[in-house]
Amino acid sequence: MGLGWRENADGFRAGRLAFRDVTLFDTSGQRVHRAGELDLPEQLPGGHQLTDRQVSRLDRASAMLIHAANEAVAQSGWAPQDTDKEQIPIALGTSAGAMALGEDYYKQAIATPNDSRGQASRIHVYQTQTQATHLADALGIDGPVTIITNACASGANAIGHAYQQLQAGKCQRALAGGYDALCQLVFAGFDSLQALSTDLPRPFDADRDGLALGEGAAMVALETLEYATARGANILAEVSGYGASTDVHHLTQPHPNGDAALRSMNAACADAKLNATDIGYINSHGTGTPLNDIAEGHAIQRWAGADVDKVAVSSTKACIGHLLGGAGTVEAVIALMALREGWLPPSMNVRTADPVCTFDLVQQPRDQKIRHALTNSFGFGGANATVILSEFA
Amino acid sequence: MSSQPAIEIAGWGAVSPAGWSSADLLAAVEKGDPLPNELTEREGRDQKVPALRVPEPGEKLPWLRQPRLRRTSPIARFCVSAGREAIGEERMAAVEAGDLRLGVIYALVNGCVNYSQRFFREVLDDPSLASPIVFPETVFNAPASHLSAMLGAHAINYTVVGDSATFLPAMELATDWLREDLCDGVVVIGGEEFDWLSAEAFQLFHPDAIISEGAGAIYLQKSEAPIIELTALTDPVLITNRRPRAQAIAKVRAALELPDSSNKALFDSRSNHSQLDLAESNAWSDCSAKQHSPRRILGDGMGASTPWQCVAAASWLAAKPSASHSIISAVGTNEQVAAAIFEKSAANV
Repeated sequence: MGLGWRENADGFRAGRLAFRDVTLFDTSGQRVHRAGELDLPEQLPGGHQLTDRQVSRLDRASAMLIHAANEAVAQSGWAPQDTDKEQIPIALGTSAGAMALGEDYYKQAIATPNDSRGQASRIHVYQTQTQATHLADALGIDGPVTIITNACASGANAIGHAYQQLQAGKCQRALAGGYDALCQLVFAGFDSLQALSTDLPRPFDADRDGLALGEGAAMVALETLEYATARGANILAEVSGYGASTDVHHLTQPHPNGDAALRSMNAACADAKLNATDIGYINSHGTGTPLNDIAEGHAIQRWAGADVDKVAVSSTKACIGHLLGGAGTVEAVIALMALREGWLPPSMNVRTADPVCTFDLVQQPRDQKIRHALTNSFGFGGANATVILSEFA
Repeated sequence: MSSQPAIEIAGWGAVSPAGWSSADLLAAVEKGDPLPNELTEREGRDQKVPALRVPEPGEKLPWLRQPRLRRTSPIARFCVSAGREAIGEERMAAVEAGDLRLGVIYALVNGCVNYSQRFFREVLDDPSLASPIVFPETVFNAPASHLSAMLGAHAINYTVVGDSATFLPAMELATDWLREDLCDGVVVIGGEEFDWLSAEAFQLFHPDAIISEGAGAIYLQKSEAPIIELTALTDPVLITNRRPRAQAIAKVRAALELPDSSNKALFDSRSNHSQLDLAESNAWSDCSAKQHSPRRILGDGMGASTPWQCVAAASWLAAKPSASHSIISAVGTNEQVAAAIFEKSAANV
């Protein structure tokens, strides 16, 4: 959709679609050729503290992550860290990290088994922890790193983890985010499952036929209320609740009644001390696959009960695709934009809403002031996570 | 940690080249002789890779009948086996009955490499024939999800990745969950499966390494009367471009106050890589404890290595009547360093 808050907010508010034919790898042997591929700036943001060598080896996923983190830190107005007095934890979520480098490593290892030129560099940067340490180095931040790989719930888990660290009094501020870049292995994987739409992703449409993959990153700068108020911070919103659960029904399919999704949403609401009627908007997981949307729809119905028709729901995956490990954080930031600016992003591309949509499915951009937004993220392996963001009063 | 409820190391389990139990692991570590390795080769490649492999289980593992485990790769099976041993039959029954909220944390380095490279090979050959059965097993959290599924555990389940030291921060995450009452018990599991892809990659950085495989697991719970307690866990110290590995090791060592006991043992990360071992040896040179280096015996199990250290540390405390403290030094390859102390209660020494 774009780089930074303004481009993204304007894009979602306009209901713009961000798909194009994939240029990063060959899709000619596959059913599907489109994805939410982004234009990555050639240069990293100024002021980073990476060495020239690190910059020369940087992969696409790390670059996205650094762009997002740089914006988050700049927007927060954070003072530099005093490493003698303070640790700033970094919580990241990803599903594939720098997989494209792993693919290159594999191709060379197969083609020329005795030629290891360039392989050490590829494998070093491929490792997920290298992306995390590159981020820490780029920002000059020092603290424990937690990299959560709970498939498509990873980004939401990362926010939840950082939030819990702050609540437990382990730190005063923390960075949390998620990222994933398009890569051939994962693209082919979703295609093999016939989970990719051959047309456009149409979350909650009665005739939806799958998801579109996308790529991107988002980071949030979190801090305790005491720390934020003491420094006179411009508080964008409050993380008011987090819940997680595990769906044991199937490795790749949710329980059809949305049992685990319901558990996750209920846990987040209990944590936030909010009821369904308090939630003004749900940024759903809403992949556009037949199985996800029906399960999530049932979960929302059960969660909201008699008030289900008052709950506004959309899936922004209709506009940018499924960002996998990045989805949870990117979608939380979209919800944050909606919360701050008083509009709701749409589920574009719906022709006939699925009968499960007894909720208020937002099909066109809408101006609407909300106080609390809930975002769902569900992943392979049954990883379910829900984050609630609230207006800071 | 003193103002917080005690965290008990209430169970542990392992799969290693020494066998399919923590007892096998401790016996090999105490014996101190490196296990015999084999040279593995790959078509078209001149250089062979020395490796230590997990032996076939002596009997058919009954839990492999569980549908979710039918087509899993070795890492999932190693981890489930170690996890089951750590949790124990009684607690597993409680989880299945809905009476115990089990949190699950997997700490991995490479994850399911066997299927990842197999699937990608299929993609390169012909993406239209790439297997939809194999792809989901390549996802990092597939092994963790299998354990929750086979036990019917609906509580929180994370897979965290990083270098081999990640297992200790994963244990800290478990203590957080317990103290926040998100679960009644947490099993923390780390594992690795042998594959030419990861073995050759590791060898690029450590040419003299003996690559290994297996898993280790620790079960943690809150307790008012712990037998073996997790009494110290340092914050992990990041290896960055401003803080090289040796400095990170020294910082962790300085942060850990050693117990004043003559009945303690150190379970460290050294593995016969002279350059890598040097900083760790220097940092712990003042430690009078008997030193065990499981990697020198069992090989470098990457994601399994720190779990093995922890399992050996807990097993040693349980097995030795006079043993009082186990110290774990976890030095990762390129991300972080951490350390921990397990303490046996005085009544049990």
